Formats: sequence, C-alpha cells, structure tokens
Amino acid sequence: MTHGFPRPKQPWQLSRRRFVQGLAAGGVLAATPSWLQAAAKGATALGSAPVLSGREIDLVIAATPVNFTGVTRMATTINGSIPAPTLRLREGDDVTIRVTNRLPVSTSIHWHGILLPYQMDGVPGISYPGIAPGETFVYRFTLRQSGTYWYHSHSGFQEMTGMYGALIIEPRAGERHRADQDYVVQLSDWTDEDPMHTFSKLKVQSDVYNFNQPTFFDFTADVSKMGLQAALEKRQMWNQMRMNPTDLADLSAATLTFLMNGTTPAGNWSGLFQRGDRVRLRFINAASNSFYDIRIPGLKLTVIQADGQDVEPVTVDEFRFGPGETYDVMVEPRDDAYTIFAQSMERSGYARGTLTVRQGLTAPVPDPDPVEWLTMADMMGAMSHGTGHEGMNHSGMDQGSMSMGAMDHSTMDHSQMHGGMAMDHSMHGVQRASDNPLAKPSSTIRHARTEYGTSVDMRVDMPRTNLDDPGIGLRNLSQRGLRPQGHRVLTLADLKSIDGVLDDRRPPARELELHLTGNMERYSWSFDGLEFGKSTPVSLRHNERVRIILQNDTMMTHPMHLHGMWSELETDQGELRARRHTIPVQPAQRISYLTTPHDLGRWAWHCHLLFHMDAGMFREVVVS
Amino acid sequence: MRLNTVKYLTTLVFIVGALQVNTALAQMDHGPEHQDMGQMQGGSAPADARDPHAYSDGYTLTEGPYAQPGPRQLKLADEHAFWSVLGDRLEYHEDSESTVYDIQAWYGTTYNRFVIKAEGDIADGTLEESSTELLWDHALNAYFDTQLGVRLDQYDEGKGRQWLAFGVQGLAPYWFELDVTAYVGDDGRTALSAEAEYELLLTQRLILQPRAELNLYGKDDAENGLGSGLSDLAVGLRLRYEFSRQFAPYIGVEWTDTYGDTADYRRAAGEDTSDTQFVAGLRFWF
Repeated sequence: MTHGFPRPKQPWQLSRRRFVQGLAAGGVLAATPSWLQAAAKGATALGSAPVLSGREIDLVIAATPVNFTGVTRMATTINGSIPAPTLRLREGDDVTIRVTNRLPVSTSIHWHGILLPYQMDGVPGISYPGIAPGETFVYRFTLRQSGTYWYHSHSGFQEMTGMYGALIIEPRAGERHRADQDYVVQLSDWTDEDPMHTFSKLKVQSDVYNFNQPTFFDFTADVSKMGLQAALEKRQMWNQMRMNPTDLADLSAATLTFLMNGTTPAGNWSGLFQRGDRVRLRFINAASNSFYDIRIPGLKLTVIQADGQDVEPVTVDEFRFGPGETYDVMVEPRDDAYTIFAQSMERSGYARGTLTVRQGLTAPVPDPDPVEWLTMADMMGAMSHGTGHEGMNHSGMDQGSMSMGAMDHSTMDHSQMHGGMAMDHSMHGVQRASDNPLAKPSSTIRHARTEYGTSVDMRVDMPRTNLDDPGIGLRNLSQRGLRPQGHRVLTLADLKSIDGVLDDRRPPARELELHLTGNMERYSWSFDGLEFGKSTPVSLRHNERVRIILQNDTMMTHPMHLHGMWSELETDQGELRARRHTIPVQPAQRISYLTTPHDLGRWAWHCHLLFHMDAGMFREVVVS
Repeated sequence: MRLNTVKYLTTLVFIVGALQVNTALAQMDHGPEHQDMGQMQGGSAPADARDPHAYSDGYTLTEGPYAQPGPRQLKLADEHAFWSVLGDRLEYHEDSESTVYDIQAWYGTTYNRFVIKAEGDIADGTLEESSTELLWDHALNAYFDTQLGVRLDQYDEGKGRQWLAFGVQGLAPYWFELDVTAYVGDDGRTALSAEAEYELLLTQRLILQPRAELNLYGKDDAENGLGSGLSDLAVGLRLRYEFSRQFAPYIGVEWTDTYGDTADYRRAAGEDTSDTQFVAGLRFWF
C-alpha cells in the first residue's frame, strides 16, 4: 500500500480559534464546481455533496485544492467534492460503477457494509490490485440489502484526505419509516498535515496531540480536594503502568478540524425543515480517527437503523459512534432552530450543524464536556468490581465504583489472579440451560502467546462483558450535572434488530477468540499482538455459523469492521441482538458476535480508526 | 544554598527512578513479577497460551485460496521504516561559555532500529570533547530496547577512545526515561553510564525536566583525566515551554560533581571538582 498522497508541507501556526472552528467560508475555492471541472484542475466543492442515482455511476478520483483552516491543501476527492457524491441506489439493482483514477498514485473504493463478490470489495492487495493511475475500474454487483452505508478509499490515507461519501440503498418494499425530510449527516475529520507525517509523529511521541494530559497542578488540586493519599492512589496505577488516563484518542483538534457534511463548525452546515416535519437524519461517521458523541439539544433522537439495518426504534438523547458506524435517527423538531452537536470523544473540539426552518438561523452551541479520566473498568474490566460480569451492570457503574479510589488493591495483589479469578469467572459461563457448549460465548480468557512480547503493553484478565455501558465521558452525565435529568445515552444493549433481520438462527458451530492489542508507547496496534505483516489469515468455511469473540486488551475503543459478511452482535448470554458491520469494542471489554460467511474470497477485518488499521490492527479473512 | 536543596531533591527523585531499573530487569528475564499490575504487563506466555495462528488452516497472506497472485502487495506501517531526530539538549552554558549538544536519531521499524547518539561540548569554536554512539536497537519488551554497537570518544586535549557498547534504553514505571549502557574499550578499559530523565507537566506546555547522568570507569585514564570508580554525576533541572511539542526553548541549571581519582586529576590541573552552570537551550524533534 502506498502511504498517502504527496502533499505540501504542514501549515505554519494558525490561531487556535481558526483551527478549531475552521473557515466559515468552508473553503469553497470555485463558484461552480463540477466533477468535470474538478477533475480537470478546479477546486473542491464542500458541504453540498451532489446526489447520484441510477444503475450506472461514474466516479473520478483526483487531487483538488481545499481550504478548511485558512491554508490551501491538496485533497483527494471523488468527483471533486467533500464529501463525495451521495449515491442513492435501489435494492435489487445490478449496479455498474466506473471509477477512474486521475491521481498519480494507485487508489481504490471500498463499499462499506455492502455484501458483494470479494473482487468488488475494493481493498488493494486483498480484493484486487487497486486502481492504477489513469486506469478505470468497473465495479459490478447486485444490491442485496437496503439502508444507509458509505464508501471510501482503502488506499493509504486517502480516506483521511477527502475520499468518503454516503451510499444509500432504498428498500424495494419502500421505507419502513415515513420522513418529510431526509438528510445525510456525515461526520469526518480533516488535517492540514500530510497524514503520513501525522502518523510518523505518533511513532515518535504517541501523546503528541494530547493537550489534556494530567498535570502537576491537577495533582495539587486533587491533593487539596481529596487529600494526598487519595490523590496519589488515583494516579498510582496509571503511572506504574505507564498509561495515560486521558489517552482517549490519538489525534485531537491540535491537528484536526471536525467536519459535518464537509463543513467546518464556523461554516455551520444547515438542514431545513418545516414545522411538523418528521426528519430522518442518516448519521455516518466517516472520520479517520474520531469517535463522535452526537446530540441535538431540545430533541429526542429515535434510532431506527444501525449500520443500515433496521432496529426496533429506541428513543435516546445522545449517542456515540466510531469511524465506520452509521445510525439513522428520526427527529420531530418543533422550534425554529436546533444545533446538531458532535463533540469528539477526547473533547478537544466538535463538529456542528443546524436544523432550522430558515437558512441563517442558529441555536446555542454547547461547550465540549470536560475531559473525564479513564476508569479502572476501562483498564481492568470487571476486576475493579471484584465480581463476575453479571455484577457489572449499568447501575453498578453509576455508583461511582469505577473511580480509582474505590478500587480494591488487595484484590489485585492476589498473585493467583490470572488463574484463580479467571476460573471463577468461567463458572458464570457454565451452560446450564443448553446442551450446546457454544450456546453462550466462552468466558474463559485465553491470551495468545504473542501477547507476551514487545507489541503488547497490557492484557486484561477480567474483561467486562456488559453491553450497556455508554463509554468513558458519557457515564452519569445527569449526576455530574452535564445534562438534564433523565438524559439517556444509547448503548449497544439498546440495539435490537427488528424481526426478520437476523435470519440465520443456527447456533454457532465453532468459536474464535481474538484479542485487540497495542503498544501505545511504540504506537503499534494489532490482533493478538501480531501486526498485519506478521499475521496469518483467519480461515472461515463457506456458510458456516461461527462466533467471533473480541476482547479488547487496550485502553482505547476500537470500531471493528469485518468486510464481506455481517457481524451479528450477541449478549454474553448468547442472545442474538443486532446486525452490524462495524462494532465498537470498549477498553477492557469482551464482546462476541456471530457471522455467516455467504461470500467466498478474501476479506479485510480491521479497526476503523485509520491509524490503528495502518499500524497493523488488520487481519485477512479467507472464506473457502 | 537553595539551589543545593533543589539539587538534592532532584537527586533523590532519581534514586527512586533508578530503583525502577529493577522492574525493567524483572521484565527482561521474565522472572516472577513483583508489581501489583505484573499480570497485566510483561511476563512470559503460559504453556497453554493460545496459538495466534490457530485459525489460519495453514493459509498465509500469500498462499491459500483466493490469494492475490505475486508478491504481497498490502504492506502497512508495521513494515514501514520511520525516522526521527531528537535534540534533547542544545544549550549554552553560561559559566563555561560553552555549547553542549545531546542529540539522538533513529531510523527503522517498530522493533529494530539504527540509533545514533551524539553528545559534545563546544567552546571557543572547537569541539572540546564528544562522544558518538552507533547502535543497533532491538526491542526487548513492551517498553525497553537493547542496544549494541560502538562508542567513539574524541577529546581536543586528550586521547580518543573506542568502545563496544551494550545498553538498555526505555521507559520505566512512573514514566522515568532510562538509558544504561556498559562499555568495553581497548587495554581492558570498561565503563558504565546511566542516564535518567523525567518530565513533570506543570501545564500542557510548561514542562519541568529533571535529569541525571553518571559515569563509572573500570580503570584510570590519566590522559583524559578520568579516574576509576564513580567518576562524575551531573544533575540538571530544565524548564521548557513547548510552543509546539516539537519546539521548546528552555532554561535550567546543571550541577556536576566529580569523585575519586577524577576529582584528584581535576585538583591537580587546578580545576574545580564541582560545577554549577546556568543553561539556556532548545529541545526539538522532527
């Protein structure tokens, strides 16, 4: 894979405000952009992705100039716009998509979440050789599904430099939910740096973009608040383990500008409605490296679809999603204007837009929340509770038992922890009700032998398996006074595919366990301690029902995307819940999902944080 | 005298830091863990640890069904070489009117690197003394690397020395950056140098960096004024402001003490055996 596209040097110091807010003008560099112009030499259109539909689509990939922060940079674009054109296709159609590469380097397009023959999946080196400069590749496949998806480059860091767009497949039988307005809300992040340079900086100093690190004065403030002993205890584990409790994301607003539909916060993307409208918002996280926490103050969000697949409607006030995930929500606005607020998980900034009855109206924009330190549950899983996974329920977490101060040190001093406690834990997983030993996911933790080496900086022996944790920074928001009482945040436990979606009810015939691993100091990411280059493929049999257990032995949340087949999330009791294509796995969490590989071939499986993928958290899957 | 208090406090901090070498060594030999968190970090794989290739059915990235023909095309950053140059100290010493540089550069992958360490002292336009190491760096555990190579010492007034070097460099628990290297030279000369650094974030950009370095020699080197045993200890305290993470001017103070025969050589040459320097410099990396 080539690394990125040659681009000018990084900008000189910009003012913080401009960096975070971006240019209001949104960087449109030409008045009438079209893909023809753009491909020739023109500028990049922003915030107004054109819509392409039909059975035949032509896409042209080229380098076009863009200006989000006050400096002009070259982006890699599809038909000259960021985001790329929204493709509106129809379930059941045979589509032909011709992609022409006008870059000086190889490129590709991957159809994220779409079931198709592996040669059409668009991962260079796995599906096909990629699209060489000057070449046109013709994608042909039949749309066997409907819903909200997206597409992006799978070459180098081209996705990060502008190659992403929405892909909406209209259901043959018509939409299940009536909507008066239907908007794509595509979140992304932009850096003026060459992404390869950004990556190499992390390789030198992995906290280079973290400006929310614990400081000496935080410590003295804690001492006066909680006493010396407690202040020391709060830090002891982190410091001893050389882990940073504010390591919530690798990048931040120190280099990123957060975009909503290709528009900076200052540019304020707006979606119009008329009073009384039911508005469908198709949220797509097309960011390279940013989890977003989405809310629209004043509006309830009714989630009707996750990753393009209908779920039983669930009404919440806020949700988090990682790169690769999509959520469709319905809202019923009554006032004149609402802010769509998308703060990044590490709280360094936000993307923002407005739902309004009239162009130009705005609503108050909240401040990002204060940074919350990762907790013992994020580092050690259920161990911080001293009980098994069943005790790790949501209400338990609300009681402040996740603070480091509450941690029971004697538990951790237990030298037999690894064996003894893991064994205790497996007792919970004993199959009582069923004869099938695979009725429930195994809860016996099995680290790979390659997790005991240079590539892995921590392992979790007592992972948490509950799905009802909204994650760091979103817990106890009402109690902490950050949101109104009764504020509800979506969790994986809230997602339930509607009847008929999960069509393979066979129990799994076998179970695979893989661990998500990394070494933050070396900035290396992997499965089972093996980066991609050292790994071997995961071999699945055609049409088998198989369970995949992912255990996160890191302190970051990884949105895990399996190409070519669904990831059907289940609970730790083996209850099938929701069909996804990208599943976020929280720190110290162990989750499982079932899949049935219907399509032969080789497929990619990776963390959708682009830098984690490129660092090696990437596997090949062979279906044969 | 207030400076002395700071000096002793800094030294004390580093004694604590030096004790962390134990942990590094424990991780090195995969011995029994002493730390609470030992089970979560380091250690060696139990006999029944999972085989990370167990699900491959013998297929590889280039062999087996549906593999792309030809050599493997998809190579990610784990197979990519990176490089960096860190100017940890590029500073002016007020009292001695000299310029000191301490630069480290590397090129390589995550686990195998070529490392250059260069330190030197420039006064009156001449390089008074310098020490340059060329090392092969290999990851030892999650946080430490071993380094093997040569060190070349140059003295404007003295005799150059060449050494074989073997060392350990990495990040110890509680965030101490450690670098300990043993040297074997000609004529049965041996030496040991140890360096520790810590970064105390006063704010996100204002950073206090205590630093200590000591040198021991196996036998006297009269030509270069170095005595056997503990030769010298330098303790420094630098306060830098990171305009960016990569560009940080600083001010600081550095105390140097010489001991044993090294101190005697100094006295004989009419030099002070200890020294306090105010410094101003630049830390940078790219």
